[in-house]
Amino acid sequence: MKKGLFTVMENASIAERTLRMTLAGDASAIVRAGQFVNVEIEGLYLRRPISVCDWEAGRVVLVYKVVGAGTQKLASLRPGAALDLLTGLGNGFDAGASGARPLLVGGGVGAPPLYGLAKRLMAAGRQVTAALGFGSAREAILVDELRALGAEVRVATMDGSMGTKGLVTDLFPALGTPTYFYACGPEKMLAAVERALPCDGEMSYEERMGCGFGACVGCTCQTKSGPRRVCKDGPVFKKGEVLS
Amino acid sequence: MNTQVTLSGWTLDNPVIPASGTFGYGYEFSEWYDINILGTFSFKGTTLEARFGNPTPRIAEAPCGMLNAVGLQNPGVQAVVREELPKLKKVFRKKVIANVSGFSVDEYARTCAILDREEQVGLLEVNISCPNVHGGGMAFGSSPEMAAKVTEAVKAATKKPVYMKLSPNAADIAEVARACEEAGADGVCLINTLLGMRIDPRTRRPILANTFGGLSGPCVLPVALRMVWQVYEAVNIPIIGMGGVASAADVLEMMLAGATAVEVGAANLKNPYACRDIVRALPAEMARCGVENLTDIIGGAHHG
Repeated sequence: MKKGLFTVMENASIAERTLRMTLAGDASAIVRAGQFVNVEIEGLYLRRPISVCDWEAGRVVLVYKVVGAGTQKLASLRPGAALDLLTGLGNGFDAGASGARPLLVGGGVGAPPLYGLAKRLMAAGRQVTAALGFGSAREAILVDELRALGAEVRVATMDGSMGTKGLVTDLFPALGTPTYFYACGPEKMLAAVERALPCDGEMSYEERMGCGFGACVGCTCQTKSGPRRVCKDGPVFKKGEVLS
Repeated sequence: MNTQVTLSGWTLDNPVIPASGTFGYGYEFSEWYDINILGTFSFKGTTLEARFGNPTPRIAEAPCGMLNAVGLQNPGVQAVVREELPKLKKVFRKKVIANVSGFSVDEYARTCAILDREEQVGLLEVNISCPNVHGGGMAFGSSPEMAAKVTEAVKAATKKPVYMKLSPNAADIAEVARACEEAGADGVCLINTLLGMRIDPRTRRPILANTFGGLSGPCVLPVALRMVWQVYEAVNIPIIGMGGVASAADVLEMMLAGATAVEVGAANLKNPYACRDIVRALPAEMARCGVENLTDIIGGAHHG
């Protein structure tokens, strides 16, 4: 974990109410896909936790949806603006567990951390399939980017404006059996994915957080092994671990 | 320049104390900095039995502050003694403040009796002011009679100094403080959080699953200063002042109102280095205000 100042290099709209922000600064604390940063936003007290979409030395990419006052403010920032970030938070995905043919399942703005994961799984020679679900084509993100990495990408939209009409789980029957799955999205989607896929896997959860680094226990969830902090013990938990 | 302060015979290198519930059991913060620079810290509120706490969401934004409704999640006093304190000992060589909560007078006393045996515990901070649990916490801090009962029971269960943590939601906090002093308390800590709430206009529902939560952060500093001032006028025992403290200047202000030491809460969650930065900034701030000995200014604003 590190605290540091970053400079906004790019903050561009990529879909309906969804932006991609590229930041320059010390990214050395980020070691796994699925970790997150906690962003201090001027005029607000609490930091806002946002998953890391991708990173490399000196650079962090965030893809976020405008949902409230914090992300609204974030969306108004121009290149050159400075942001104070806590980086390298959370456990992240266990890329080593993937097997040969992992399936990545993303719902809405749950897709971004799967991009960074796909990149690393592809580099490790895995055959990656991504199943992404969105409300409509206007909200679809990272479809082309994941294809550009070489992943097989299937899309489902609620209104049928892109890919298959329906839920992301409706894509599963046509996909064959994956060796492992990684999922990130709304809790209802995670529960459905967990039920639908017979293989092992892991899922990234979301919760309102105070600190983001394990001190306040504001974001606790109940698990098979007792109360766990989403920010520090998660946000990624193994299939079946989190009790609803 | 001397930053030392003394609480019931226990001398701290400086008055900066991370507040209970914002610092876990300490070792989370030792990943950020060497926590031995702190005066001491107050560990996560501990009860006799393990508690999950309230359902989530437990956290909400507030203007210049935050709301929490964690509801005393903790592994129970036995697990704290067995697991947390030994882990803490590896990263913190000073004594610590044990924060204790309960749901009956007897439970407070039993939990304190267990912690009384721990050499790592410097003093007991007895929380009779948690706003986030039903049938406990604040119920004991709202009336002087109940506060006195808890104080007496805890004093009989331990030889360590007992500091009662008071609620700003009581009708008259000075009266509760006086009742604690008369019942034998060695000190008082104030303020706990102020009861508040937020509503999401889109869902038209309260944001916190518990509906209400405790307000903390810079927005409560003036309220905390006023109450520390009032309690200082009412009692002769030491006060640990807290509520919205986020800078070395705030520490001096709190001490001038009557605090012997100062706890820092919400600031730790926003900036993990908050307390380290305050400890580092304190000597320069003292010099700027012409303070040689920090103890000289305790309650200083009361005397012309």
